[in-house]
Amino acid sequence: MGITGVSLIAFLCVHCYVNSLVFINVESFNDAAHFLGTNLLMHIAEVGLFAGIILHIVQGLMLTFQNQKMRPVGYEINPGNKSSKWYSRSMGLLGTLILLFLVLHLWHFWGPNRYNQITTGEEISLYDKMQATFSELWVVIVYILGCIALAYHLLHGFWSAFQTLGLSTSKYRPIIRGIGYAFSIIVPFIFIMMPIAFYMHWV
Amino acid sequence: MEHYNMNLTLKVWRQKNAQDKGGFETYQVKDISSEMSFLEMFDVLNEQLINEGKEPITFDHDCREGICGACSMHINGQAHGPWAQTTTCQLHMRAYKDGDTIVVEPWRAKAFPVIKDLMVDRRAFDRIIQAGGYISVDTGNAQDANNLPINKDKADESFAAAACIGCGACVASCKNSSAMLFLSAKVAHLALLPQGEPERMSRVTNMVDQMDKEGFGSCTNTEACEAECPKGISVQNIRRLNSEYIRSVFSGDDK
Repeated sequence: MGITGVSLIAFLCVHCYVNSLVFINVESFNDAAHFLGTNLLMHIAEVGLFAGIILHIVQGLMLTFQNQKMRPVGYEINPGNKSSKWYSRSMGLLGTLILLFLVLHLWHFWGPNRYNQITTGEEISLYDKMQATFSELWVVIVYILGCIALAYHLLHGFWSAFQTLGLSTSKYRPIIRGIGYAFSIIVPFIFIMMPIAFYMHWV
Repeated sequence: MEHYNMNLTLKVWRQKNAQDKGGFETYQVKDISSEMSFLEMFDVLNEQLINEGKEPITFDHDCREGICGACSMHINGQAHGPWAQTTTCQLHMRAYKDGDTIVVEPWRAKAFPVIKDLMVDRRAFDRIIQAGGYISVDTGNAQDANNLPINKDKADESFAAAACIGCGACVASCKNSSAMLFLSAKVAHLALLPQGEPERMSRVTNMVDQMDKEGFGSCTNTEACEAECPKGISVQNIRRLNSEYIRSVFSGDDK
C-alpha cells in the first residue's frame, strides 16, 4: 500500500501542476496536455500509473476484507473517535468513493481523448472539454465531493505510507506529517477550483 | 480529593466457556467507594454474586500494581477504561459518578478467544515471543556495569519499548485486531541494544511470521493502539519494526 500510495502521490503532483496551468496560461496547459497525451514515454508511464492504481485498489480491498475477519465478535461499545481519527479508520470507504469518482473522471476526459486519438488520430481540446463538462452543476458538485474524499484519504495516507515504509523516523515524522497535511489540503483545493472556475466563468 | 460513595449499574459480558455464545448481564452495585480500584469494585460485585448463590465473574488479574499486564477489561468502549496510560487495576472509581452505567467487555479479537466471561486466551503473544523475542546467550555471572557501551538515547528508547507489559490493549483497540504495537515493542527493545544484534534479522522475520499465523490483522496506522496503551508505547516502534523487517527481507540472510 505504501509504495503504490507514494507513486500515486507523485502522479497527483504532476496532475495538479498541469491543471494549475489553466489558471496561469491556457496555451501552456494545452502544450503540457499535448505532451502527456502523445509522448511515447508518457504512454509507458500511463501504463505504469494504471498498474499502480489497480494494485493499490486490489491491495486495499484485500487488506480491508482480511482485517474485518480478525474480529468475528464485535464490541457493544466501540471506542469511536476517542482513540483514532475517523478518516484513518475509513480508508477503504474513502478509497471506494475516490474510485467511483475516478470512473466518472476518466469517462469525462481520458476516455474520449484516447478514443478520438485511436479513431481519428487527433486529440480533442481538453480545455474545451473542461468548459463543456463543468457547465453542469451536478458534475461540479460530484467533483467537489470526490476531491474532499481525496483530501481525507491523503490526510491519513500520506503519513501512513512513510510509516509503513519505515521512513517516518522521530526526526522526520513532524516534517512528513506537516508536508502531508499541507499536501492533503492544497492539492485537492487546486483540483476543486478547476470545476468551480469553469462553472463561474473565471477562466 | 474528596471521598464519596456511588451506586452503579454494570453491564458485564458473561460467557460460560469458549463454545458458549455468551451475552450481557446487568448488575447493581451499591455504596462503592470512590477510592476503590475498578477491580476492587468487581471483587465487591463477586462477593455479592457468591452470597446470592450465583457464579462469580471470571476476570484476569495478578499484581494489581499496573505492571504485570494481566488485567484486560474493555470498559465503556475503551481498553483499560477512560484514563490515559492506566491499566484496569489502576483505574479508580473516582473516574465515575453516582448512577453511572458501565459496560464491561472482554478483549475482542480472533487471536484472543474468550475462555470465560472477561478472561481471554492471550497465549498467542507468548508464541510470538517464543518465535524470537529473546537473546541466545550463556548467562553466567552478571557483567560489570557499563561493560558494553550503549548510547544514552538508544538505551532510553529501548527501555521505553521494553515497558510493554503484553496486556493486549493494542490488539483490543485496533480496528484490525493487529498486534503490531506489541510486536514492534518487543523487536525494538532488542534491536536497539548490542545484545540483540546477532539475531536481529532472523528475530524480526520469525516474529512477524508467527504474528501472521496467529490470526492478527495488519497495521493501517490508525494509532488507536498508542492512544490506549497503558504503558504509552509509541507507534514509532512500529516504524522501527517496518524498517527492521524491510532490512531483513533485503539482507539475504538465511533464517
